[in-house]
Amino acid sequence: MSKHTLSILVENKHGVLARVAALISRRGFNIDSLAVGPTEHPEVSRMTIAVSVDEQPLEQITKQLNKLVNVIKIVELEPSQTVQRELLLVKVKADTLTRGQVLETVQLFRAKVVDVAPDAITIEATGNPEKLEAMLRVLEPFGVRELVQSGMVAIGRGGRSISDRTLRPVPVPPPHVQTGPPNVQARPANTSASTSAQASTQASAGSSHHPVPAPPPGRTAAAVPNQH
Amino acid sequence: MSELLTGAQALIRALEHAGVDTVFGIPGGAILPAYDPMLDSTQIRHILVRHEQGAGHAAQGYAAASGKTGVCMATSGPGATNLVTPIADAYMDSVPMVAITGQVAGAAIGTDAFQEADIRGITMPITKHNFLVTDPNDIASTIAEAFHIASTGRPGPVLVDVTKDAMQTTGVDFQWPTELSLPGYRPVTRPHPKQVREAARLIVAAEKPVLYVGGGVIRARASAELKELAELLGIPVVTTLMARGALPDTHELHFGMPGMHGSVSAVGALQRSDLLITLGARFDDRVTGRLDSFAPEAKVIHADIDPAEIGKNRAADVPIVGDCKEVITDLIAALKTEIASAGRTPSYDAWRGLLESVRAKYPVAYDEPEDGTLSPQYVIERIGKIAGPDAVYTAGVGQHQMWSAHYLPFEKPGHWLNSGGLGTMGYAVPAAMGAKVARPDKTVWAIDGDGCFQMTNQELVTCALEGIPIKVAVINNQSLGMVRQWQTLFYDKRYSNTDLHSARIPDFAKLAEAMGGVGLRCSDKDSVDATIDKAMSVTDQPVVVDFVVHRDAMVWPMVAAGTSNDDIQIARDMAPKWDGEEL
Repeated sequence: MSKHTLSILVENKHGVLARVAALISRRGFNIDSLAVGPTEHPEVSRMTIAVSVDEQPLEQITKQLNKLVNVIKIVELEPSQTVQRELLLVKVKADTLTRGQVLETVQLFRAKVVDVAPDAITIEATGNPEKLEAMLRVLEPFGVRELVQSGMVAIGRGGRSISDRTLRPVPVPPPHVQTGPPNVQARPANTSASTSAQASTQASAGSSHHPVPAPPPGRTAAAVPNQH
Repeated sequence: MSELLTGAQALIRALEHAGVDTVFGIPGGAILPAYDPMLDSTQIRHILVRHEQGAGHAAQGYAAASGKTGVCMATSGPGATNLVTPIADAYMDSVPMVAITGQVAGAAIGTDAFQEADIRGITMPITKHNFLVTDPNDIASTIAEAFHIASTGRPGPVLVDVTKDAMQTTGVDFQWPTELSLPGYRPVTRPHPKQVREAARLIVAAEKPVLYVGGGVIRARASAELKELAELLGIPVVTTLMARGALPDTHELHFGMPGMHGSVSAVGALQRSDLLITLGARFDDRVTGRLDSFAPEAKVIHADIDPAEIGKNRAADVPIVGDCKEVITDLIAALKTEIASAGRTPSYDAWRGLLESVRAKYPVAYDEPEDGTLSPQYVIERIGKIAGPDAVYTAGVGQHQMWSAHYLPFEKPGHWLNSGGLGTMGYAVPAAMGAKVARPDKTVWAIDGDGCFQMTNQELVTCALEGIPIKVAVINNQSLGMVRQWQTLFYDKRYSNTDLHSARIPDFAKLAEAMGGVGLRCSDKDSVDATIDKAMSVTDQPVVVDFVVHRDAMVWPMVAAGTSNDDIQIARDMAPKWDGEEL
């Protein structure tokens, strides 16, 4: 299994996160991290999903995600061509004896102190997942009292944008405007006259003893007013 | 052009704009507003069913028989959850369907209000897409989108949940959209020419190709193209359960249905093939058996409109995304070019000869019961003979379904409706009802089991009152026959909870009469034809024939679950011989 980062552009509509997350879990995958937020287009949100999965199942999950009507585009981001960032807030035990060492770690990792209490320091750090992991290893011995971490966000390096062309509207005519779509065809031509003739002769035979009066078979909806 | 309506009027108006002529449904609290303007619609016939599951399956039957999108309607909560089974069924079998459900008022959502169920959440994994509409101004565009999504690409069910207050709002500015904005929905129908050329090269180079045809060919209405492709080079064809009728059974290139209960020639054709030309099929486990020993020598061309099907179960050497009709048309052209440039036409005579000998040696057949009781296969065979290939047949799920798949005459597409993927017992009667509404000119036979029939037979009342004269053959073996077969074969004949006692209770003929139909009963071979004739003569009422049959007839051939297709048995402990060696 290898780690993969998927950037998913979705329509900014309610229920989309549930659709994406449920689909991934339904197909038997675990999400390592998920981040979702707005983009430069107000109608489009962007999800960054990190999953540990083999190539073949990844292809399947990508295709399945693409089938979601609200999913506009999926791009797998190559780690070497991508800037990846996570945000981490961690509350570390620090009294007068250890505070100096903790602050040294904060400086080493170019993190920030965002809150101080007599017995603890809260640190804010951003970076790629490896850097944050390394920092946590160093902080661990002091005693981590509370930890919260954002999902990873990622963006490709260079001048190109994955959302450049995605919002070009593709007008689709609604059902009744379509010209000859396969699914709104009239009945196939094999409706033979002989069958209906046969049916009508049978209708006149042998129905006298049946107790329930029934409307004639095959009435057309348009010809007969609704009897509600 | 616009006018001011209530949300409910907008909903009905939108359905009319979408071309709907029939809705199967049941009203209730939350959907009540929609039923008021329904009364005024001259275009839409509403058929009041007796259970929402019946509405769903009827919409499926209507869709499968007509090619149009089926529509069902239900209220919130239990009405909506009763639609879950047919929606899941339509999803598995790619049936275009739109389900409209009422929802509690927007402000009450999430409060566990009376008859509230999160039907959008519930149906997310079993719909192609679904909507919750809370703003009445979204109704028209949502309905337009729903019908577009349901009927295009790989067809499927779409659910539209509309809150009661949205329907009650007045002053809705109704505008049927002139275009839809679905930025994430762009189904590919046109196959890539390079892939098609590559497929043609593989076909010409193959020695033992097989056209493995699935339900996608039926949905794409590509039967004529399929026939042309098969005949162009004389390539053997197998049609899956969902594709019966895509190529006439009587066609010399047709080698039967593959799968767990497939014919020896069809299963053998796939197992021994060196090239599977897969069209609109999805390598379902019922077809492949153990995947690692399925068609071990074969390269795979896999054409499907759904990219996610390609490579899902079996890796494809040549994947083709596209509509089967366009794929086959392009493939025929590419093959002609390929043959012209190669200067020779490939011959599969030896391969076809081998399959023909297997087909002749191991036809799908059955033995008459030794105790003189009625053979279920015989009954189904006779119904098929008398009603003929022009009739529409539906089936439930189980032994009678498999026998129907083997012994009914499949000569045309769209005449065989059954629950293939989900395997929903109880599909037959309501689906037959929907099919008969869509094709009133056709004789519609539901071949049902005694177990299946007891799940949804209440729709006979609907049929009787609405003038939908379907015919139902209850193949009554007094048990849940397929389960009993497995208990016989794999559970040491310990028949746990499969005996339905339905030789005595219920009396199916009386039940049919109580529901406003004609009830007939037949238990001996000599009166089978006369009984079927009698059923055929009733054309103004539903007919139910209780065929009391031998209870231990089994479905053969069979590939036991979890085993290889190579281990197919034609009868208990009887393996076919393939060209002198065991298959």
